[in-house]
Amino acid sequence: MKMNRKNVLRVTTAAAVALGITGLSACGAAKTNSGGSGSGSGTVTLSVQSWVGAEADVAVAKYVLEHDLNTKVKTTQLDEGVSFDALNTGKADAIMEDWGGSPKKVSLYVDDKKTVVKGGDLGVTGHIGWFVPKYLADKHPDITNYKNLNKYASLFKTAESGSKGQLLEGSPSYTTNDKALIKNLKLNYKTVFAGSEAAQITQLKEDYKAKKPFLTYWYTPQWLNSQMDLVEVKLPPYTKGCDSDAQKVACGYAQTPLQKYLSADFVKKNKKAATFLKNFKWTNDDQNEVAAMIAAQKMSPDKAAEKWVKAHQDVVKAWLPK
Amino acid sequence: MSAVVTPNPPSTQTEVAKEPARAGARSALSHPVARRLLPLAVAVVVLAPLAAVLWGSGSWPHALTVDIKTPLDDAYNWTVRNRDTNPVFLYGLLHLSNWADSSVSSVTDLLENLGWFPVITITVLLSWRIGGLRDRRGLKLAGVTFAAFAVCGLLGMWQSTMETLALMLVAVVVSAVVGALLGLGAGLSDRFERILRPFLDTMQIMPAFAYLLPLVVVFDIGVPSALIATIIYAAPPMARLTALGLRGADPGVMEAAASLGTSPVQRLLTARLPLARKEILLGLNQTIMMSLSMVTIASVIGAGGLGEEVFQALSTVDVGKALAAGIPIVLLAVWFDRLTSVAGDRLGAGAAPAGLRWLHGWRAWTVSAVSAAALSVAGWMMFIADWPDTWNVDIASPVNNAVDWFTSHMASGVPVLGGTRTWADNFTLWILDPLRTGLTDSPWWLLVLLAAVLAFLAGGWSACLTAALAMAGIGVFGVWNHSLDTLSQAIAGVVVTLVLGFAIGIVAARVSWIERALRPVLDTMQTLPQFIYLIPVVAMFNVGRSAAVAAAVLYALPAVVRITTQGLRQVDGATMEAARSMGASTFQQIRQVQLPLARPALMLALNQGVVLVLAMVIVGGLVGSGALGYDVVYGLEKSQLGTGMTAGIAIVLLGLVLDRTTQRTGKRSAAR
Repeated sequence: MKMNRKNVLRVTTAAAVALGITGLSACGAAKTNSGGSGSGSGTVTLSVQSWVGAEADVAVAKYVLEHDLNTKVKTTQLDEGVSFDALNTGKADAIMEDWGGSPKKVSLYVDDKKTVVKGGDLGVTGHIGWFVPKYLADKHPDITNYKNLNKYASLFKTAESGSKGQLLEGSPSYTTNDKALIKNLKLNYKTVFAGSEAAQITQLKEDYKAKKPFLTYWYTPQWLNSQMDLVEVKLPPYTKGCDSDAQKVACGYAQTPLQKYLSADFVKKNKKAATFLKNFKWTNDDQNEVAAMIAAQKMSPDKAAEKWVKAHQDVVKAWLPK
Repeated sequence: MSAVVTPNPPSTQTEVAKEPARAGARSALSHPVARRLLPLAVAVVVLAPLAAVLWGSGSWPHALTVDIKTPLDDAYNWTVRNRDTNPVFLYGLLHLSNWADSSVSSVTDLLENLGWFPVITITVLLSWRIGGLRDRRGLKLAGVTFAAFAVCGLLGMWQSTMETLALMLVAVVVSAVVGALLGLGAGLSDRFERILRPFLDTMQIMPAFAYLLPLVVVFDIGVPSALIATIIYAAPPMARLTALGLRGADPGVMEAAASLGTSPVQRLLTARLPLARKEILLGLNQTIMMSLSMVTIASVIGAGGLGEEVFQALSTVDVGKALAAGIPIVLLAVWFDRLTSVAGDRLGAGAAPAGLRWLHGWRAWTVSAVSAAALSVAGWMMFIADWPDTWNVDIASPVNNAVDWFTSHMASGVPVLGGTRTWADNFTLWILDPLRTGLTDSPWWLLVLLAAVLAFLAGGWSACLTAALAMAGIGVFGVWNHSLDTLSQAIAGVVVTLVLGFAIGIVAARVSWIERALRPVLDTMQTLPQFIYLIPVVAMFNVGRSAAVAAAVLYALPAVVRITTQGLRQVDGATMEAARSMGASTFQQIRQVQLPLARPALMLALNQGVVLVLAMVIVGGLVGSGALGYDVVYGLEKSQLGTGMTAGIAIVLLGLVLDRTTQRTGKRSAAR
């Protein structure tokens, strides 16, 4: 019996010592920067959002960083909103394409905490709107004005929208005022959220194939627009500040110059890569070209980037830090 | 319409009702069910009119809601602002998060730096050794291992597979240790088990998405959150089975050990634990399977690996590519499953060595290790470390073509029947809509009462109390209507799952070649990430609640089919023989003998169906189910902790209601 108690004691002491050592080693304050460039390894972590346009930005930036600046690049798939959190903690170093969907986070991190800095225009102008297929607009030319939408509401009825017309929405992470718009413009429509872009695109493709009428929240630049002929429905024109009260919005969406954001720490530590990312600027057409290669031709992002960079050496040269 | 549809859940409930009455105390048989309900009925007669007078009989009364969204949003903002300065984070949680990061990334680095050839060699030889070097099973296992890893490489997923494998290994080790310790406590102390059980129940009912959000708030996006989410999900089976194994130790052996004068510690180490090794190994197996099923969900919060590949493929609506990333997950599951089950068999058989000495025991380990090292070095010098791209096989385009063809023909091309899109519309119009209207139009107190009565009939007073409180909680948190919307979808999903599952299960139990043919299909369905069938489901059923129900049915069906088949198979052969000799037709045999005798299994199938359908609510949110599923996704993607968390809690509460109203007490430990 004594022997056993001794054994137990010994085991307990050993465990206590082991715990104590690990505990002691953990006593200091932990460093926040665990991933990203914070570790000083020189790796740049780019955040990729779920749409293909962003994937195209990141693919090209990655290709140039790796081939012209000899920098290792990691990409991590994050949604728009959480990307800012990742930049704040240093889990990611750059967002290549922000649509202005998280103004609160921008003010918190960029203005208050100064952990995230602006990276300038991407050069691409994003636009959100309501779209109908061209075959439908050809048949009913006046359908492209919101004032006439009520007349056609029955065309867009689905099982989900009931007696109203369906306005198909995409992923919950996208910026949308559509619920308020429908209410304030007194439209006989109902938003139906597809819940993910994959679901929305699948639905659009199927409807388009069957030449069915549909009305959808959609945006440009988008790779699918090269495969589908869509026509925008005119909403009341956007004026500055008309969308400031989310409940009272009664105007269409702005033309948004898409923005880049960088982690402040990264800018300090990796000047060369940061300068390059700040210089990175291309057009809607450029982005569409790469996005279509990825999405429609099913090329790997790396291959698509390689092809585009080789064909546009002059553009790329201007981005490189002197 | 609601009158036609709503009877469905009560009809299953009457079966539940009879069961406890019969299984309960024999002396209580003289008391009719109504008698047992008497106290409840008295309470209702007093309370219901009072509640109706005070707060009306419509939707949940506003006066009885508590706003938890604002404090949750405040908490979120506070955390974000103070995460870098508060000592709790700086000295505690951040260490945890950094440890998680570094341990996963060191395993990833190790696997990646080793290169593909040494990794395959080592895993194959290790599997061979575990299966037994002189054993045919060992050779077979080695073959399975080789095939699994080779296919991962051929699909062009080598690097992602390694990332996932690294996260998995760390998650499994930690879950197993945590689970084993909890199980040890629960196996040795009754009080500890009583405290632990509700926690384990909650951990398993709660959809993983619900706790992703708070984890992200505290640990930020990335590996730590993913790792902890996986551990929360995967540790319970290990704890449960360890406890079960320890409790099931043969009393004779324990008595013998005690009479030899051993101390409690010695008894534990030399008798109890070895006796429980089969259960513990089964627990490990379950833990591995659970953590693999978290791979895709974890990548929503930045875990990387195969899950991220699946998501990236989805963003370009590329089913084929998503499948190419999903197959390695299935293969890893198959490999781990075989590995642990072979190891379990060998442990169970006991060590009965025969043949050459150096092929078992520690010598065999040495042989395996040395040859693995030698081969690895040789391979490493001959091959380049990266998997050669030229070996990759592209399955994406043929798969996409096949899926396109299938969905477009099913969607609208079926003559007479109209195709799945028409069915989906009708399902929404004639089943989901009336069900939802029926639920939302019912007086709130009636629904709370209904939950209480059904749970009482199924599991007695404690179940009744839990169900009623959970139902009321949904109202109190202000998500009454969204929850009822989700509930209507869940009920429809469960009914469809059970009808299909029982039908398939009955056929499979009678015709053995069908069962054999079904088994790999069911295995694949259970391990394939659910996100892969989002696109085909939308293509066939349109965006909306029908698509969500279809996805849930696909997910829950395998378990129901399996349990039904197994339950029917276990019906005593002599009873069946007797029925046959009395001239019962096949139909009579099924209806009057097999089904009644298999009732416990069928009830378990019902309960599992309910839990699994509810687990798919979130995936439903990604295909247009709206309601709670959408709210959780919205909360996660827009960092709205208030909305997301409240919806997550509501799903847990719905889960509790559904679980308690379908699960019989007394069978609980056997059921899990």
